[in-house]
Amino acid sequence: MENLQELIEEALNLVSSASDLAALDQIRVDYLGKKGQLTSLLKTLGKLSSEERPAAGAKINEGKQQVQAAIQAKKEVLETAAITQKLAAETIDVTLSGRANGRGSLHPVTQTIARIKTIFASVGYSVEEGPEIEDDYHNFEALNIPAHHPARAMHDTFYIDKSGLGLKDKVDYVLRTHTSPVQVRTMEANKPPIRVICPGRVYRCDSDLTHTPMFHQVEGLVIDEEVSFADLKGTVDQFLKSFFEADVPVRFRPSYFPFTEPSAEVDIQCTNCGGDGCRICSHTGWLEVMGCGMVHPNVFEASNVDTDTYSGFAFGMGVERLAMLRYGVNDLRLFFENDVKFLEQF
Amino acid sequence: MKISESWLREWVNPKLTTDELAAQITMAGLEVDAVEPVAESFSGVIVGEILFVEQHQDADKLRVCQVSGLNGDITQVVCGAPNARVGIKVPFATVGAILPGDFSIKKAKLRGVESFGMLCAQTELKLGDDSDGLWELSGDAPVGTDLREYLQLNDTAIDVDLTPNRSDCLSLKGIAREVGVLNRLSVTEPVINPVSATITDKININLEASDACPRYVGRIIRSIDISRPTPLWIKERLRRADIGSKDIVVDVTNYVLLELGQPMHAFDLKSLEGNITVRYAQDKEPLELLNGQTVELASNVLVIADDKKSVAMAGIMGGSQTAVSSDTKDILLESAFFLPTAIAGRAREYGLHTDSSHRFERGVDFKLQEQAVERATQLIIEVAGGQVAEVVVAEVEHPALSTKTVTLRRERILKGLGFDLPDAEVIDILQRLGLVVSETNDDGWVFIVPSYRFDIEIEADLLEELARIYGYNNLPTTSVRMGMELPMHQETALGLDAIRANLVARDYRESISYSFVDPKIQQLLDPDAKPIVLQNPISADMSVMRTSLWQGLVTALVNNVKRQQTRVRFFETGLRFTSNNASELIQEPMIAGLVYGARHNESWLEKASNVDFYDLKGDVESLLAITKEPNQFSFESAEHPALHPGQTASINLSGVTVGYIGALHPSIQQDLDLPQRVYVFEVAQAALANARFPKFEPLSRFPEVRRDLAVIVNQDLAVSKLESTVSQAAGELLTNLKVFDVYVGKGIDSERKSIALGLTFQHLSRTLTDDEITSSVNNVVKALKQEYNAELR
Repeated sequence: MENLQELIEEALNLVSSASDLAALDQIRVDYLGKKGQLTSLLKTLGKLSSEERPAAGAKINEGKQQVQAAIQAKKEVLETAAITQKLAAETIDVTLSGRANGRGSLHPVTQTIARIKTIFASVGYSVEEGPEIEDDYHNFEALNIPAHHPARAMHDTFYIDKSGLGLKDKVDYVLRTHTSPVQVRTMEANKPPIRVICPGRVYRCDSDLTHTPMFHQVEGLVIDEEVSFADLKGTVDQFLKSFFEADVPVRFRPSYFPFTEPSAEVDIQCTNCGGDGCRICSHTGWLEVMGCGMVHPNVFEASNVDTDTYSGFAFGMGVERLAMLRYGVNDLRLFFENDVKFLEQF
Repeated sequence: MKISESWLREWVNPKLTTDELAAQITMAGLEVDAVEPVAESFSGVIVGEILFVEQHQDADKLRVCQVSGLNGDITQVVCGAPNARVGIKVPFATVGAILPGDFSIKKAKLRGVESFGMLCAQTELKLGDDSDGLWELSGDAPVGTDLREYLQLNDTAIDVDLTPNRSDCLSLKGIAREVGVLNRLSVTEPVINPVSATITDKININLEASDACPRYVGRIIRSIDISRPTPLWIKERLRRADIGSKDIVVDVTNYVLLELGQPMHAFDLKSLEGNITVRYAQDKEPLELLNGQTVELASNVLVIADDKKSVAMAGIMGGSQTAVSSDTKDILLESAFFLPTAIAGRAREYGLHTDSSHRFERGVDFKLQEQAVERATQLIIEVAGGQVAEVVVAEVEHPALSTKTVTLRRERILKGLGFDLPDAEVIDILQRLGLVVSETNDDGWVFIVPSYRFDIEIEADLLEELARIYGYNNLPTTSVRMGMELPMHQETALGLDAIRANLVARDYRESISYSFVDPKIQQLLDPDAKPIVLQNPISADMSVMRTSLWQGLVTALVNNVKRQQTRVRFFETGLRFTSNNASELIQEPMIAGLVYGARHNESWLEKASNVDFYDLKGDVESLLAITKEPNQFSFESAEHPALHPGQTASINLSGVTVGYIGALHPSIQQDLDLPQRVYVFEVAQAALANARFPKFEPLSRFPEVRRDLAVIVNQDLAVSKLESTVSQAAGELLTNLKVFDVYVGKGIDSERKSIALGLTFQHLSRTLTDDEITSSVNNVVKALKQEYNAELR
């Protein structure tokens, strides 16, 4: 009993100087374990009188608890130090780039078409598509462009060489020169009301700085009982403002398309110079972006739409043109060169 | 069409600047393409007269001229032009003059003789094509006058790009009429008095093809002096419209075309044999045209003929044999009305396009013919003299010559344009345009259409005229009203957008290639296909339709590799074009992809490695995974002419091939100069059209048990076969089967391979016993032994 205080101090000293968890555990075993020195003291209690025993026992237990607490405290310190050390050892350079697989990109034409679709879909237009090799009827005749019509010369049509194809029909096939044949196919397959947009590839036999032999159009068609030119103007005006996300001035110019009457070309104020005149708008302050008009009665008749009940409008726009204006692309031909350096910008 | 602004203003002169006038015309639907000065800028050039000419002492080709004109003095000018001679009046660029191209005229010494200025040819002033010598001005040109003033060069040419419907504006008269309407101004036309006959010649005109030519007006003029020069003002007006000058007769016919819009033709009367007949050509009838081209006509081509031969392609171009020439004395003037349908397309079939065919194809005023003949007669005889015969008019009744009427209903204005235009305004606008009210009733009006407005046929045309003159931008703007009906929405429709998004997330860039490709690359990648060919390709390397999207993708790869790209990952969607034996054109939507170069972008994390078949297959599998039934797809070893024979699979959906995947054939890779392997796939979009519709399966709460097996089989055994045998033999307790290792090499027969399989078992409602699992595994081992002679490793 006489060395209790000594033992406690000895243990506490050892605890405070212990450098790792193993040493600490050894101290616990040595002093507090079943055969530990402090535990052993308890066994000496039997030698004391019954009066002395409780106090002595309490003292020993108190000493054990003191050591136990010290061990616990030291353990926590050592554990924290160990974790800190481990963490320090595990430190990495977080500024190095991650193990990414990279991300590709959508073609700007696809993005632009998607944007146009989203705008029109938000008020209930649906999307229709059609074949790119079209028959003469759908590309021309049904759109009020009979053979030899001067408007055909405006189209620079690619014709399919039928020799060797063994086609049974006698019709001429062309690469569609516009997406308007999809209008016809839509009217053939559906009863009004019709509200569709028709995106797709079109082809013209023309190639220079500002023309590629293939490009994309989006056509729109609305047929209902009370559809007027004022509605067409509203639709086109709203679309252009929505597309360019700006209150861009829009103007309508009388024009001519065989499949619409009245017909209009649509100009927006130059997005580059704000109407002051620049190279992009040929110093006119305006950019031609769309053609549109009220569906010609002959077109309705060709597709059996009752002209007494229904009226409608159609509009068509060049996708690359809109993409160029919106994203500032300065060369049409870039769209089809598929240069990775171009594509990765979108 | 180009016209001189000052000429237009002689007819109608609104108080508008040039730019305002151009803008006004554009907004009326006659789009002005350009407004250009009629002459390039130059100054200090006056009308000079050569008074004396001497040979230069030291130069054979030079002459020393004394020229009057500058301040009443006589100026010495050394000149090399062969036509420099006494008495002619020529453009005289005085010292200090600036010629087109910023070329300034200075005092000079030519071989020792002083020269104060320069005498000019047309080309030096950019006012014509004649570079042969000095420009000889008319004898009445006032000496000393500034040339710009004399030629009225301070003028602009307005270039109007007319739409095909507005043939009525293919003349000065038409544009002036339109400008008059827009500005509420009357139009002053030149006075055209009929010229009285002084001789009695008459030619018979026989309208054999009266369906195509119901009116033909002719007049003989005899004894003209064709050597008389065309007056400067006619030449200048023609030049400002980009029409060259030839002789007085041809110039006048062109002038009348430009002024009134009536195409005319003049025949040399002495080369005509007998009467004039308008008929269709005999099949393969030959005709030598004015431009020297000899054509073999088809029987749908309308010709003008005399009793022996055809003399002109009607409304398109005259023949050379009967053309007016320098020794022509007597002429027959033609002013006819040909139906657009009789002319349309014909010129083009012979590679021709003339001012005449351009107008007849679109429609010429059927009341214009006599007026045009009188105008031409007047202008020709004023200059070249001659005796004039009676005008001969051959005409038959024809619907095209009858006055058209169009009904306009008031309610259609509201319905079509979206607003109520007051009656008075409707009538005012249409009357200004030359329409006449022939009837008024409760619903609206009936209007008579003027003979020059070929385009006005139906009510909608009148609505357009109302809108056009009222101003498109003054019309109201409204929103479409539509019923808010919610459509049926199909959850399993797998749009292309989802497929594209998946590939973009996997580091693919979308390309868009032309649908027509180079036949060489087409042949290289798909030698067995017979592609659809374009009749009129833009160039030989864009002449066949792609039979696969690979042609475009591989071409794009080659171009990018040339631009130093070492890692390329593309996908493209679109149609491929084939024709099958059943004689149909097939346009099939496909999706294709290509990978090339490093697997990942260069990184510090790992050593670079190149993509292989399984990278691409993984990407394709990720697409299949979002479809309706991913398990219905299988990959089978296959052959494709474009692909490596040992690294090609067909992609099958329920046993039907819907696409291919593989490494580009090494020999093709070599042909294309590509240093690395190329992997490609193509699948029909139809196979990917449906998305999975999720269907709930109850979850098992009992433990899974996994057993691994390694079996040794022949190397040529497809693992997919092994897998299906395992699945069958293991029975329904097997919930998952994975191949986790394939080993070939040391310790194994060189013709065998080791496949390590991980089998997972689970039951929905109870814990599996060891016996059950062992028995299942034993079944598997037995089946593999039986079918593939597999041994456990």
